Amino acid sequence: MIYTYDGTFEGLLTTIFKIYECKQLPSDIFRNGKSGVMLFDEVCQVNTDTTLSDRVIKGLQKRISPMGIRNLYKVYLSEVKGAEMTIYGYIKYALENHRNIETDYTNEFVLHVKQLVKMIHREVHRMHAFVRFKLTKDGIYAATIVPDFDVIPLIGQHFRDRYADQRWLIYDVKRNYGLYYDLKVMEMITIDNLQLDERKQFREYILDDEELQFQNLWKTYFRSTNIKERENKKLHLQHVPKRYWKYLVEK
Amino acid sequence: MNLRIYDKLKILAEAAKYDVSCASSGSKRKNTNGFGNSNGMGICHSYTEDGRCVSLLKILLTNFCIYDCAYCVSRKSNDIERVAFTVDEVVELTVSFYRRNYIEGLFLSSGIFKNADYTNERLVRIAKKLREEHNFNGYIHLKIIPGCSDEMISDAGKYADRLSVNLEIPTEKHLKKVAPEKNHSTVYKPMNFLAEKISEVKEERKRYRKTPLFAPAGQSTQMIVGATAETDLEILRLSSDLYKKQRLKRVYYSGYIPVSDDERLPALKTPPLVRENRLYQADWLFRFYGFATEEIIPDSQPFLDPDIDPKMSWALRNLDLFPVDINTADYSMILRVPGIGIKTANMIIKARKHSLIRFDDIRKMGAAMNRAKHFIQVPGRSLLPSYSTDKMRMLITQPSNQMTLFS
Repeated sequence: MIYTYDGTFEGLLTTIFKIYECKQLPSDIFRNGKSGVMLFDEVCQVNTDTTLSDRVIKGLQKRISPMGIRNLYKVYLSEVKGAEMTIYGYIKYALENHRNIETDYTNEFVLHVKQLVKMIHREVHRMHAFVRFKLTKDGIYAATIVPDFDVIPLIGQHFRDRYADQRWLIYDVKRNYGLYYDLKVMEMITIDNLQLDERKQFREYILDDEELQFQNLWKTYFRSTNIKERENKKLHLQHVPKRYWKYLVEK
Repeated sequence: MNLRIYDKLKILAEAAKYDVSCASSGSKRKNTNGFGNSNGMGICHSYTEDGRCVSLLKILLTNFCIYDCAYCVSRKSNDIERVAFTVDEVVELTVSFYRRNYIEGLFLSSGIFKNADYTNERLVRIAKKLREEHNFNGYIHLKIIPGCSDEMISDAGKYADRLSVNLEIPTEKHLKKVAPEKNHSTVYKPMNFLAEKISEVKEERKRYRKTPLFAPAGQSTQMIVGATAETDLEILRLSSDLYKKQRLKRVYYSGYIPVSDDERLPALKTPPLVRENRLYQADWLFRFYGFATEEIIPDSQPFLDPDIDPKMSWALRNLDLFPVDINTADYSMILRVPGIGIKTANMIIKARKHSLIRFDDIRKMGAAMNRAKHFIQVPGRSLLPSYSTDKMRMLITQPSNQMTLFS
């Protein structure tokens, strides 16, 4: 049986509830529209019901820690192929055991969740590191990102705490939504008709007059701080894979 | 903006890069009323082409200096352009870069003009301005100039997260050869005072939470490796002492980069990067893996093996302690298996409470099996015949070009 859901976390949990209810084991779980043409499997489209997803959470709370539940949410955000089946496998294992299985790494689902969470944390950490704001004429520090996973729900708090006295915007160009902080609240927004250049950066004409100067100063600093005698391109690429270079003013 | 600032930045950043301390970690400074914070873990905002992390704006206030230390690019006798930032220029650069998320904060050092206190006062003034006038809560690492007074140090600690004073040349005997005007007491006196003051404030904060922070990320130092004749044994003994007695957070080992033709210094073609890497590996072993200095570098071998990492080297000298039974051994012994790091060891300890661990599980938990397999015992896998130390060495030694911390 193939299950499809609306793409939300609550939708996924509702699906898992349905799997228990219908007792039809899943061969796969897809977001609506992502399953492709299935010739031989039956497809069950699940409608999200938050009362059901809440029951799954409550059941889990009796078995694993809040961090464990949050980790499942992160795995869901990873958008990795098979993430839903991993989450299902994990929840099934958690519920069928009376002890807390969070550290039972010999179980393939527990291990896979740990690995995916590590991957997500690394990407979040990279976003904290590689997001580069540009000051616009309107006085907003704005940045675009193209992350591998849906990190927007996970990165906002850091920037809100740190840049509490400046208006800022971080926009996920791939997923077409972002975060905007106006000095009071931080909220998710969508911008239509975003004017971006080929590097998916904001176009120069919206930037503050001195912005380019600061970018050039940063480039100067970056070049000067390099020690040529220690050149190590391999290590450099390991730390900053090429797909992040578009973010970096200095590259 | 003053166009001269590009030149100053280029010169003063190039001069500062030899102080390799790069950390922006160790301080959990909250944003109170302004901007910026420090998350405790540190963030590397970029990486240079030599693979090092760029986390802070690392600059000298000026490269003018009254001293003539042979190993330093800013030595008095070197014929180079001398420039200086104004206090406001440094503040503006720091704030502007920070707001754009280019950096975690500022690392400020300087050549010495007039005297240590006069120079240090300028550095402290910049940190104070950032904190008080700009409400800046990001990371600040200030250098303590050797010879600096206790009062100045006490002042610096109020505004900085980390303070450091560099030994540079590990032993006084060799220091005198290349920098006759200097001596180590001007370094140890501030270092010792700092150690005491940091402890004092820590104790006070336990009793009275509102005690203001004082250098919450502690202190560090740097030793130049390969400029003078000290052995690895001397260097590591010294670090071990610094970690124990002065309770330093970090010791940095900087491979000497030839900056002069001075006969007192070796004419190296390339910096001793392999040696530097082995020293860092040894450093990690006694800070995180529970090794004693004597275990990593016995008296009989004053230099670390360049071909094999120190942990493997120790294992080969102690083959009688292996194989380690992964399912029953202590955490401390599992940690000593080559190819098993702290994360994997922790996972093993937690997982084995649930069920038996097998060979494949260890591999999946992140162990480097090409090394670890010679040293462990797990169900379902017959014990490997016991090899002689030489045969093991041959099995394990492989050419390694890339140097990571955990090779």
